Amino acid sequence: MIEALSYPFFQRALIAAILVGGTASYLGVFVVQRKLSFLGAGLAHAAFGGVALGLLLGTEPLWVALPFTVLVAVAINWIKRHTRLAGDTAVGVFFAVAVALGLIFLSLRRSVNVDAFTYLFGSVLAVGPLDLILGALTALLALATLPRLWGRWAYATFDPDAARADRIPVDRHDYVLFVLLAVTVVVSVKMVGIILMAAILVIPAACSRLITSRFVVMTAVSVVIGVTSSIAGLFVAYEADLPSGATIVLVQAGLFFLAALRSARHAKAGGHGRALV
Amino acid sequence: MSPTISITNLAVRLGNREVITGISFEASPGDLVAVLGPNGSGKSTLVRSLIGLVPYSGGSVNIVGCPPGDCSAGVIGYVPQIKSLDRSFPAQALELVASAHDNAWPGFLGREKKAWSLRALDRVGAGHLAARQVSELSGGELQRVYLARAMATKARLLILDEPETGIDAAGTSDLYALLEAFCRDEGGTVLLVTHDWDAALHHASKVLLIKQHQISFGAPEDALSDAHVRTAFGHVGHAHSVQSGS
Repeated sequence: MIEALSYPFFQRALIAAILVGGTASYLGVFVVQRKLSFLGAGLAHAAFGGVALGLLLGTEPLWVALPFTVLVAVAINWIKRHTRLAGDTAVGVFFAVAVALGLIFLSLRRSVNVDAFTYLFGSVLAVGPLDLILGALTALLALATLPRLWGRWAYATFDPDAARADRIPVDRHDYVLFVLLAVTVVVSVKMVGIILMAAILVIPAACSRLITSRFVVMTAVSVVIGVTSSIAGLFVAYEADLPSGATIVLVQAGLFFLAALRSARHAKAGGHGRALV
Repeated sequence: MSPTISITNLAVRLGNREVITGISFEASPGDLVAVLGPNGSGKSTLVRSLIGLVPYSGGSVNIVGCPPGDCSAGVIGYVPQIKSLDRSFPAQALELVASAHDNAWPGFLGREKKAWSLRALDRVGAGHLAARQVSELSGGELQRVYLARAMATKARLLILDEPETGIDAAGTSDLYALLEAFCRDEGGTVLLVTHDWDAALHHASKVLLIKQHQISFGAPEDALSDAHVRTAFGHVGHAHSVQSGS
């Protein structure tokens, strides 16, 4: 296992796992608590449309996927705010449109779409220096929201009307959250894969919700689960020669089922699923 | 005594529809104003416009001398309908109160913020609820915690939207006792939307009766005269007849 650390590709993958696991699980608490779990899948598939366009144009796919996914995130939030449609309906529409566009872009490409499979399923071997720089910048952006935006996002999650009544610009803050989610999804897809991206946003936060009773603790525990499960998953994937994204998600899912079992057992015993922390 | 809230010819339009129009009233320190009207009469829209959630299309609103959007944070204490909250949110009652301290959800509570929040809970007799999960509180307990939160910022005006929803009779009685004490002892002003005529007649100093437009405003027995009630509701209901007869 220590031997893996001597390989540059594994070192890059490990750093990426920590950055991606930490950022996604930090933002994931808002996704889970706002019942927006479908948003992660929607944004990941929007990224697929952007990646496919990048491949068609012969440029670095991330540079196309970033603005493409951010635009979709802004559009989803705009539709949620300004029309009668629920957020999941807007996500569903953009999900389908982005996949359709992605398939058309790939079909227009004459060469074999091996690269597209890397983005669909994720690969540690594909993580390069650019991904690490983008991952670090995204993690720093997320960290920068801690002192001021975390508390406002949390308050608006609990009661958006009361937050607005207290003069918090909830709508503007939500756009920031959605854009940051879009950026996180794009920088994560190379490692985790488009298909499994939603899982790393949702599972650590859901697992944390089952064992905590305060939002601040839920956030901290979610990040710990996100980072440790990503590291553990990466080592298991290396040792067992398995796909990295899928292994990380299965490690997280294992923790989730343990937490769910514990919560259910406590609820059955009349403890209402009492929190560990 | 200058009024806490002064509204002149207020109108609110949602899309092409004028939801309320011609609302004018004043409330001074010590006043407990009950807003009554049939379903869909615009009571909640009125409240939402006063706290800045819905822009008003005409008239003027002054709260402690400034338009609602310009009021400094903490001047208005808002107690929302408890059914609008996310009860699954992992939070303790103490944290809910502490969120009023900086207008943000608290992280790890420091000693000072904790003491500030506990004092606010004690003030409404809810100190024992501090460590309880919001999801485990009854409707009455949650209203009390929200009231502690609203009063913690030294609000001059408390606005409550159907506060008796989900609360039993004893809880409602306790709630009104707290509101009356806030008006009487601290010179605060309370504006509450309610369907409870009985409570309005017993506890309010003034009643605003609306049905898209203002039907009446004044002392409860005048504002809820048979003629006004008939205009608002189309008939004089049983509850009102009982009150009139008592």
